[in-house]
Amino acid sequence: MAQTRQLCTFQLDNLLFGIEVMKVQEVIRYQEMTAVPLATSVVRGLINLRGQIVTAIDMRARLGLEDRADGELPMNVVVRTADCVVSLLVDEIGDVVEVDERAYEGAPETMAAAFRELVPGVYKLEGALLLLLDVERVVALGSAAGIPKSEAA
Amino acid sequence: MTGDDELMREFLLESSENLNQLDRDFVALEQNPGDRTLLGAIFRSVHTIKGTSGFFAFGKLEALTHVGETLLCRLRDGDMVNDSEITSALLAMVDGVRRILASIEATTTEGDEDHAPIIAELTRITRERDAANTAPAAAVAPTPPVAAAAAVVPTPPASVVQLVAAPAVGMPHVDAPVDAGAMKGPAITDSTIRVDVGLLDRVMNLVGELVLARNQIMQFGTASKDGGFIKASQRLNLLTTELQEGVMKTRMQPIGNVWNKFPRVVRDLAHACNKRVNLELDGTETELDRTIIEAIKDPLTHAVRNAVDHGIEGPEKRKAAGKSDTGTLLLRAYHEGGQVNIEVSDDGGGLDIERIRARAVERGLVTADRAARMSDREVAHLIFHPGFSTAEKVTNVSGRGVGMDVVKTNIEKIGGTVDISSRFGHSTTLKIKIPLTLAIIPALVVTCCSVEHAGRVATTHRFAIPQVNLLELVRLEGAHARKGIERLHGTTVYRLRGNLLPLVFLSKALEMATAPSDSDVINIVVLQADDRQFGLVVDGILDTEEIVVKPLGKELKGISAFAGATIMGDGRVALILDVLGIAQRANVVSASRERAMVDKNSHAQSDAEPREALLLFRVGPTSRMAIPLSMVARLEEIAADKVETAAGREVVQYRGAILPLISLSRDLLRESRIDDGAPLQVIVYAEQGRSVGFVVEQILDVVEEKITVRNKTARDGVLGSAVVQGKVTDLLDVHGVIRRNDPSFFGRSDAA
Repeated sequence: MAQTRQLCTFQLDNLLFGIEVMKVQEVIRYQEMTAVPLATSVVRGLINLRGQIVTAIDMRARLGLEDRADGELPMNVVVRTADCVVSLLVDEIGDVVEVDERAYEGAPETMAAAFRELVPGVYKLEGALLLLLDVERVVALGSAAGIPKSEAA
Repeated sequence: MTGDDELMREFLLESSENLNQLDRDFVALEQNPGDRTLLGAIFRSVHTIKGTSGFFAFGKLEALTHVGETLLCRLRDGDMVNDSEITSALLAMVDGVRRILASIEATTTEGDEDHAPIIAELTRITRERDAANTAPAAAVAPTPPVAAAAAVVPTPPASVVQLVAAPAVGMPHVDAPVDAGAMKGPAITDSTIRVDVGLLDRVMNLVGELVLARNQIMQFGTASKDGGFIKASQRLNLLTTELQEGVMKTRMQPIGNVWNKFPRVVRDLAHACNKRVNLELDGTETELDRTIIEAIKDPLTHAVRNAVDHGIEGPEKRKAAGKSDTGTLLLRAYHEGGQVNIEVSDDGGGLDIERIRARAVERGLVTADRAARMSDREVAHLIFHPGFSTAEKVTNVSGRGVGMDVVKTNIEKIGGTVDISSRFGHSTTLKIKIPLTLAIIPALVVTCCSVEHAGRVATTHRFAIPQVNLLELVRLEGAHARKGIERLHGTTVYRLRGNLLPLVFLSKALEMATAPSDSDVINIVVLQADDRQFGLVVDGILDTEEIVVKPLGKELKGISAFAGATIMGDGRVALILDVLGIAQRANVVSASRERAMVDKNSHAQSDAEPREALLLFRVGPTSRMAIPLSMVARLEEIAADKVETAAGREVVQYRGAILPLISLSRDLLRESRIDDGAPLQVIVYAEQGRSVGFVVEQILDVVEEKITVRNKTARDGVLGSAVVQGKVTDLLDVHGVIRRNDPSFFGRSDAA
């Protein structure tokens, strides 16, 4: 009996990412955001989630990818970690996928260190590579101002 | 013990309350040893705990309370008279019981502590003091505790046997409440009920959400033409407001709940420091929101400890100073202007301003120069600086210099302010002001516009400003806008009724890119933070509304400009400004300036200082001079013919008083003032209720610059020169000039 796990997947800049499904609270369409001046550029703004104020993190900025094209609205993947609820802004939502642990491989050494910190490894699927995202690290902004674009994988 | 869990919980709860009451009662009894009502109440409390502990088979608890009860019995029967030693021993028992209860709560066992010392002490006192040693006025205790007591008490078995002899006369123990079911606390009237705090919090949250929903409905209501809907929404509005007020009241607790620990704290502390302190409480019924009560517990305790340890002097010192040998510590609480005011005052030695000033320079907190220029009030505030302490030795109680800093930080964290005033040799008063509630507050909504993407996208941002910080609104149009604002290089100020109000542009404070505005209107929101006022320039002013304060996520908590966020009537999120945070970021508040000065890496030898706001002016035909803006009380223009001469000096009638004038060109340059009939430019300086006006040729500018004073010269009237705005500028020696012209200026001080 092979070990499997379920990942909630989404797209960013034509890359496929996955998050442990148990950490995902919900997935919703684009929400109007209130910008937060003085916050790092990774924080796109605040959304009103049924009365709760949730910080929205732009995953493209967080991973050092190119900005979204004008007019393209991101979707919200609301994740719940040990002590906070945060919304991750992504391009498109994918399905919940069941992956085989045997298809997992650690991130290649050639991947930029900063990227590797958020993406510990990859699942080799049929015809696609699914990058695993470490949610705890993603939401731990601390002094991280996002990965500089030049360092992206 | 499963079936008795509920009983156990009640036991712990009620015992805890009884213990707190015992603390207060014992201290009161110490001061009124003959008070029989008090003795009766105390006896009953201890007796109750002892009885119930027997029911639960808590042997140690029973043994401990047993000896205490025995002692109390003697007191109650008049065989002994209460005094300090007895009180201390009984309080030690109370502490021991508390520890056992804590252990029971945590582990359901009584813990490993050995109470033999306490028991021994109580037994010894009972034995020694008892006049009639033969009348064993002890309660009958069930056998196990007897064995335990016999085992731990290191006294001859004879006295132990004596203590647990057959029921003695006059002992109303027969109805000992061994049955815990019959154990009830003191008779509580039926008009109060106990509610779980978690439930209250949930109700409070729901009311908060209801307030938001009500705001949304009101928005639709104002836009609607439907009469029925408007009526219904207004009714909803009224009901929600009343419900909100009612629920807030349930969370309100009297500040006495925090204060009731203090009699014991003060007593123990006074004993430890060998001082005599009388604690007075005024306003114990003043109510505060529960969240605030939690937040001020620590700061108040610190303040009280400080007052007893440092403020109030020992009896001999007090007598030598002509005071009574017992110091008074007064705690006052009252509501005023939407805030709760709490004052901690003592009639001790007061703050030694000069010693604080010296200590601060010693510690490198401020430069000697800056210290000399600081007003007494500013020096007093230095004690809030982390690590500051003038205590010669660090005692167990205080002296590490941690206390006052904690007080200020904790109070500011909940949006309050702290102020200290003192009369050296006489008294010190700590004043704390806190907003009445943190959860739902009235706020003014303002707007600020920004542009992005090279001006293509304009966004209007909304921000909420808590009304508690709001002083007034100023709207300048057209010519007034141009004239009123001294929009000069570096800093901007506005003359508000003669006082200089530093201005902060919100868009700049938030680092938002803005488009040049062609609007003729300037909106200034006059705010107060930390007792300093400043004006916040915004693009638009909307309504005042009641908003629900929601915390920001931890990833954003560090941004000092924001205090939280809220959901507006249209469902969108708006940020709440932290007025103090914005003031500090814009360097408008002196506290941050002083903090900036603590940078130990700054060159110690030169008087290098961080950016300071300076007023530049011209003296004589060409001399440029500067004075720190903080020293300028006012700028005035006075008609030349108003100048009169009195006692050989030039003066002018000003604001109902006589303002002496010092012509700087004459004083410094030995040049006569050019009397061409033009109005005089006067910089008014005030200290301790006295003012003086410096007459200068021309006010040039207000700048904010990092200045390095070079050339510390011995020239009269000049502290040194620096390069300001690219030109050599002399710094005016304010005190020196004044002293030269009027030596008595600083000697006499009028009633402030």
